Amino acid sequence: MTHSAYIYDAIRTPRSKGKKDGALHEVKPIELGAGLLTALQQRNDLDTAYVDDVLMGCVSPVGEQGSDIAKMIAQRAGWDESVAGVQLNRFCASGLEAVNTGAQKIASGWEQLVVAGGVECMSRVPMGSDGGAWVSDAAFSIDTSFVPQGIGADTIATLDGYSREDVDAYALESQRRAAHARDNGYFDRSVVPVLDSNGFSILQHDDFIKPQSSMEGLGALRASFEQMGSMGFDAMMIKKYNTLDRIDHVHTPGNSSGIVDGASAVLIGSERAGKDLGLTARGRIVAGAILASDPIIMLTAPGPSAVKCLQTAGLTENDIDLWEINEAFAAVAMRYMRDLDIDHSVTNVNGGSIAMGHPLGATGAMLLSSMLDELERRELRRGMLSLCVGGGMGISCIIERA
Amino acid sequence: MSVFNYQKDQQGIVTITMDMTGPVNAMNAEYKVAMHEAVNRLEQEQGLVGVILASAKRVFFAGADLKDLVRATPDHAEEIYRDIQLMKHDMRRLEKLPVPVVAAINGAALGGGYELSLACNRRIAVNHRAVKIGLPECSLGLFPAGGGIVRLTHLIGVQAALDIILASKQMIPEKALAVGMIDQLVETLDDLIPAAKRWLIDVESDTEAARQPWDRKGHKVAGGAINTPKNAQYAAVAPTMLHQKTRGLLPNATAAMDIAFQASMLDVDTALRIESREFVKVVTGAVAKNMITTFFFQLNQINAGASRPQGVAKNPTRKLGVLGAGMMGQGIAYVAAMAGIQVVLKDMTLAAAEKGKAYTIALLAKQTSRGRLDAAKAEVIADLIKPTICDTDLAGCDLIIEAVFENIALKNTITQSTEQYLSDDGHWGSNTSTLPITQLAEASAKPENFIGIHFFSPVDKMPLIEIIAGEKTSDATLAKAFDFAQQIGKTPIVVNDSLGFFTSRTFSTYLDEGAKLLVEGVHPVKIENLAKATGMAVGPLQVQDETSLELSRKVSETWAAMGIVDKWGDGETQRRMIKDMITDNGRGGRHHGGGYYDYHADGSKSIWPGLFELYYDDSVAVVDRDIQDRLIFRQVIETLKCYQTGVLRSVADGNIGSIMGIGAPAHTGGFIQFVNSYGCAAFIQRCEELSAAYGERFNCPEIVKQRAASGELFA
Repeated sequence: MTHSAYIYDAIRTPRSKGKKDGALHEVKPIELGAGLLTALQQRNDLDTAYVDDVLMGCVSPVGEQGSDIAKMIAQRAGWDESVAGVQLNRFCASGLEAVNTGAQKIASGWEQLVVAGGVECMSRVPMGSDGGAWVSDAAFSIDTSFVPQGIGADTIATLDGYSREDVDAYALESQRRAAHARDNGYFDRSVVPVLDSNGFSILQHDDFIKPQSSMEGLGALRASFEQMGSMGFDAMMIKKYNTLDRIDHVHTPGNSSGIVDGASAVLIGSERAGKDLGLTARGRIVAGAILASDPIIMLTAPGPSAVKCLQTAGLTENDIDLWEINEAFAAVAMRYMRDLDIDHSVTNVNGGSIAMGHPLGATGAMLLSSMLDELERRELRRGMLSLCVGGGMGISCIIERA
Repeated sequence: MSVFNYQKDQQGIVTITMDMTGPVNAMNAEYKVAMHEAVNRLEQEQGLVGVILASAKRVFFAGADLKDLVRATPDHAEEIYRDIQLMKHDMRRLEKLPVPVVAAINGAALGGGYELSLACNRRIAVNHRAVKIGLPECSLGLFPAGGGIVRLTHLIGVQAALDIILASKQMIPEKALAVGMIDQLVETLDDLIPAAKRWLIDVESDTEAARQPWDRKGHKVAGGAINTPKNAQYAAVAPTMLHQKTRGLLPNATAAMDIAFQASMLDVDTALRIESREFVKVVTGAVAKNMITTFFFQLNQINAGASRPQGVAKNPTRKLGVLGAGMMGQGIAYVAAMAGIQVVLKDMTLAAAEKGKAYTIALLAKQTSRGRLDAAKAEVIADLIKPTICDTDLAGCDLIIEAVFENIALKNTITQSTEQYLSDDGHWGSNTSTLPITQLAEASAKPENFIGIHFFSPVDKMPLIEIIAGEKTSDATLAKAFDFAQQIGKTPIVVNDSLGFFTSRTFSTYLDEGAKLLVEGVHPVKIENLAKATGMAVGPLQVQDETSLELSRKVSETWAAMGIVDKWGDGETQRRMIKDMITDNGRGGRHHGGGYYDYHADGSKSIWPGLFELYYDDSVAVVDRDIQDRLIFRQVIETLKCYQTGVLRSVADGNIGSIMGIGAPAHTGGFIQFVNSYGCAAFIQRCEELSAAYGERFNCPEIVKQRAASGELFA
């Protein structure tokens, strides 16, 4: 890389249930994003005119999240009119895609300072609001064997032999770790409370975590995708994975990522930006990778993307201290660890989306702030971030502490 | 005993009759307790069929106590939020009772009163003009925050709700029924409770009747959520139309629209919370304070006669003489006739007098054609005006208002030749905006009965009258003028005689500063646009064209003839404008060959290009903020000088007079309240900056320094 892409700050909102009774339902998507930009500005005494671009991932970029929400967030935050903004969508990778693209902008030398993150108010703009060929194009769905992700996750579990108990146990551990991390302040550096226009706090901390979860409780939940599978999707899947005679539907709301509202923002810049603005780098983005594999099972590319990322960086698994895989479904994280032969003890050490929720477009950059905080807390060097992505894509990013 | 009288009848209907301490039911601390207890009891009630919310007072329910609200500061923000949420929670419990609730609206249900009725399943009102229904909060810098925006939006749709809320509309029951604000009318008060009971019995088996529309399955906001395609055009245009009206200076209006938009997309509970949060911000902000202070407390003070002499009996005008049937005279005749006063409209020729009356006939015809007035009534009103050329027709007038040209000799001649026709208890008013009343009164045999009554143009639209007491004007005369102003539905302010009184003198500083900026080389369009951005109704150049530089020239000549030059400051700029514009270019104003603007045949106008040649200098860089502050501070400082020297007798008169007479920005609460809101210390500092940069005319008046020292507000 020509220039290093430094991480000067990384923050996120707390996450809350993405439904009417969620704490953030009353907050407009642009306010979630603008609150973070304001926090970045204040925490770093930022001259916003220096910022070249704001990149925001958003997976349902319609309605209140429509028409380039990134630029509107910059405007709402009162940032200098010279600051550009772009909303991008790579499904669940969007937040990390923003980070990787932002890092590329800096690495190329074209830009000096960008904000990369994402925003998703799933309570106000429900998942699927943006339509698309999957839900409107019969020929496409049939010709490309479209199967919903959850059935893909169940298929991974079936192929790999993860039982219901296995995935529930994974989920329980995610809950335990997330609650522990939150309660011990591990997220405090990056979580910025959401405030109303009076400055009153609407939400201080993640409130989606369910520390009281138990194996019994999780075990009692009904499988989410069984009925849908029986309507033909299982058969569609088996057409491709033809050694299977059935799909075990092990995923439930308890061991899948939760629907939540939230936003994230990472301040990425060149060394020169740091010098000009008197900022101290907290970390560096080492490399990023994107690829795609089978779009039908859809969720198996994170491991391969991490391998690709290591190759790009000229590193090996041993060079990575901690790993973050977005817990879209328990089986995704489990497959990732198996693919890369890594242990759960160094993976998602503070829990993940099963416990805290997955605000689609925002999650990728949230992984970064959690990872950076934890590397600092443990005084470790490198972390890998990965997510599974719609369409069979996988995305990864390696960061290291400055 | 609760102030909510709770009665359950044999049919299982509970009637809660609100009978709070004091003259009205209001949303105060007592209400909160009473309502909370009532809802607790209702939730426990067995065999309940329905609930009627009724009033023992003449009004159904008044709104929040503005005395509390005007004191709200950001320090109270959390407490206010908690309180309002608790109160709204109880309203929510009321509407979620398993049985229907009826609001039995016997009298005015405005603001909080109407909001309370929105938390009922049905609103039945007595069909009487006194039963005003509406949400007037926005006119006071607030918005309906007791669920008013959220529920009305869900009930009748975003657009319809905002039309009512932003305009602070108050409606008679028939109108309220037509727009869907209420559900049913009864013709008599006696039938109100029985009608409510009949409805409750009718719907006893209908479970949906107890459910608010917004709590029903599949509920859709009338007209759809704001982000549905059919609302796209409205959603894009409505905010900018609002901005055009408010210039973005009324945060309450912006918040109201934003809340309604959001409410249309969100569930009621979430939207109610947003409404509360935004209310806290608005109610603790400066604009609400300014507007409540001026448009409620001070306007009430004025209307209640604070500046009217005490102990003088009401003296309504029976027969009015109007001398001069020109633009002002004909307008005065019209407003007087509309108030049922007999008018003798006199001019030099019968044609002129009749033309003056024709003005009234034309205005009446417009109203009858729009169905606002019936033809018979219009005829009665027109018949009240007698056009004439004979002084003798004025015999018996108990008030004569002379509205001839601004010329002392002419006015004196008329006074002397005509005052003999006044009735024994008659009084003389001179409509002048510039001539000293004390001096005009010298022509009168009874100077104690002589007073200045300054109307604003156009008389039928402008709400203010500036009453000027001369040195010898008696209390009885002042009371007469005051009563007359109220009789014709105007708001009177009372000032002491001084050159230019209050409004003309202050207004002239706006014109002068606009001219100064122009002469300095500031882009003329920029001056106009920045003036409007401050909230002034019209830019200084345009308004100078309307009132005409020609008139300014005449006035200064008249004053010069009286030996008065530059009484209130350096008139150099005005003299230069008169030379440049009138003498050299024949541009005395809109109706004098054009002025700062060219006026085109199609009704449009554009800056006269000569201004650019004469003055514009693109190297001049006065920052926008200075331009705006110069235009406003000149007027504020002049107002303060009027107050400090006793030209203005009260702060209320200064604030209301500046808004209604000069077009001061409403959000400031007027040119004296402006200083309260700006802060005395900050104001002094800003005056010093402006004075250093632009001249002594920006020196801060002493009275502000005194207030800064004492910490006392202008009140």
